[in-house]
Amino acid sequence: MTPTFWSKLDVWARQLTPFGLTVLLLLIGVVPLHIPGFGAVAPVLPLIAVFHWALYRPQLMPTVAVFVIGLLQDALTGTPIGVSAAVFVVVHGVVNTQRRFFFGKSFAIVWLGFALVSTGAFVATWVLVSVFYGVLIQPQALFFQALLTLGCFPLLSWALLRWQMAFLRA
Amino acid sequence: MVGAIRVLAHRFAYVGLVLTAGALMMLGKADAVLMERLRVQVNEAVAPILEILSQPIDAVARVAEQVQSWIALHDENERLYRDRERLLQWQTVARHLEAENATLRQLLKFVPEPDARFVTARVIADSGGAFAHSLLLSAGASSGVGKGQAVVTGEGLVGRIAGVGDGAARVLLITDLNSRIPVLVGSDRTRAILAGDNSNRPKLLYLKPDAVIAEGDQVVTSGHAGAFPPGLAIGSVASVSDGEIRVTPFVERSRLEYVRVVDYGLTGILKEPMRGGALSVSAAAAAEPKPKPKPPAADGAVKP
Repeated sequence: MTPTFWSKLDVWARQLTPFGLTVLLLLIGVVPLHIPGFGAVAPVLPLIAVFHWALYRPQLMPTVAVFVIGLLQDALTGTPIGVSAAVFVVVHGVVNTQRRFFFGKSFAIVWLGFALVSTGAFVATWVLVSVFYGVLIQPQALFFQALLTLGCFPLLSWALLRWQMAFLRA
Repeated sequence: MVGAIRVLAHRFAYVGLVLTAGALMMLGKADAVLMERLRVQVNEAVAPILEILSQPIDAVARVAEQVQSWIALHDENERLYRDRERLLQWQTVARHLEAENATLRQLLKFVPEPDARFVTARVIADSGGAFAHSLLLSAGASSGVGKGQAVVTGEGLVGRIAGVGDGAARVLLITDLNSRIPVLVGSDRTRAILAGDNSNRPKLLYLKPDAVIAEGDQVVTSGHAGAFPPGLAIGSVASVSDGEIRVTPFVERSRLEYVRVVDYGLTGILKEPMRGGALSVSAAAAAEPKPKPKPPAADGAVKP
């Protein structure tokens, strides 16, 4: 057992954390919180994580990983399998092409960027699910879900940034 | 050159994955049973983690509830006294009716309904957001949970088991878009279908044109189609407005911590095509006459 083995293992473990943290957020998002009415408007936490890692550490969050997270989200939340997977992959792709624009911009701009991307993601999910079932899904709950997700963004993004500073100083 | 190939490969990965997702959606539309099994497999894999994550939150929720009940102690007491008065009167009536019922049944040689078996399970995930209303339970086929069984609490019907794995099961709530339940409304026992639409208040469909429905009418399962036994409480009519009748379920989704999965021995229209694996095992177990329930505390027999 040479020290290089351990250091390699260490680097490897650190590099897995973006995926691991996103999955953890996904699981936390579906645990029953016993708050009246919350279940229908629970924020989509993995969307925040996918956006964050696509922006700051895209090499640690490959597209395939995003796809797997989307499938997991579908399986756990009961949306038709494939919907979140497609939406998350597209979000990842869009953020990836706009990374240069966000470099060196203030947090408010990043937040605004997330607002635009997440709105697009929610609308896309709404359209896909509505087409899948052949009925129009009521948009009220969706609206609040989008708002809550947007509201969670600063806190989560800050926490993920701290994590990144502490463990992923590449 | 290498860079260009890499960019191309990258683009290809995006397109490929989005197409794969699209193909999965199509497959889900074509073979819903297969997808439901896949979903349950995934749920089962993460169930132990969810079980651990949900416990501290349940503990906090319990403390909050306790504090609330301390604050409301006086009012609660008043209310309970009044309820007790009222219920004692009802008890007398019920005893009388019970005795009368037993005598009449004897006279008519009525065949009693078989006892139902139930399993108590923890709710380990409450998910779906705006697109689906479902729960994940910590019990599966190994504890006798089977597809199509009713999920209830003391207050009323929660939903039905949509998919079952070995140690986890998914519940389709009565508010879900895909939920359709034959019901009886009010004292007239008007037949209708209770249809979820992902809002908190499902609607009543296919009523007779001359049906008279008023706010506050009780809604119970009718037992038609053989998916649920008749008479399970569901909710009360909340609003009646031009052609749209909405029902408030008795069960509050956010308060669910433990639920009962009841096997009434009904397979109804939900009978699973034999496919092997856990599902067919549970179907076979439901088909054969049941021996005495297993000793664990969670199992037991209850009169429907």
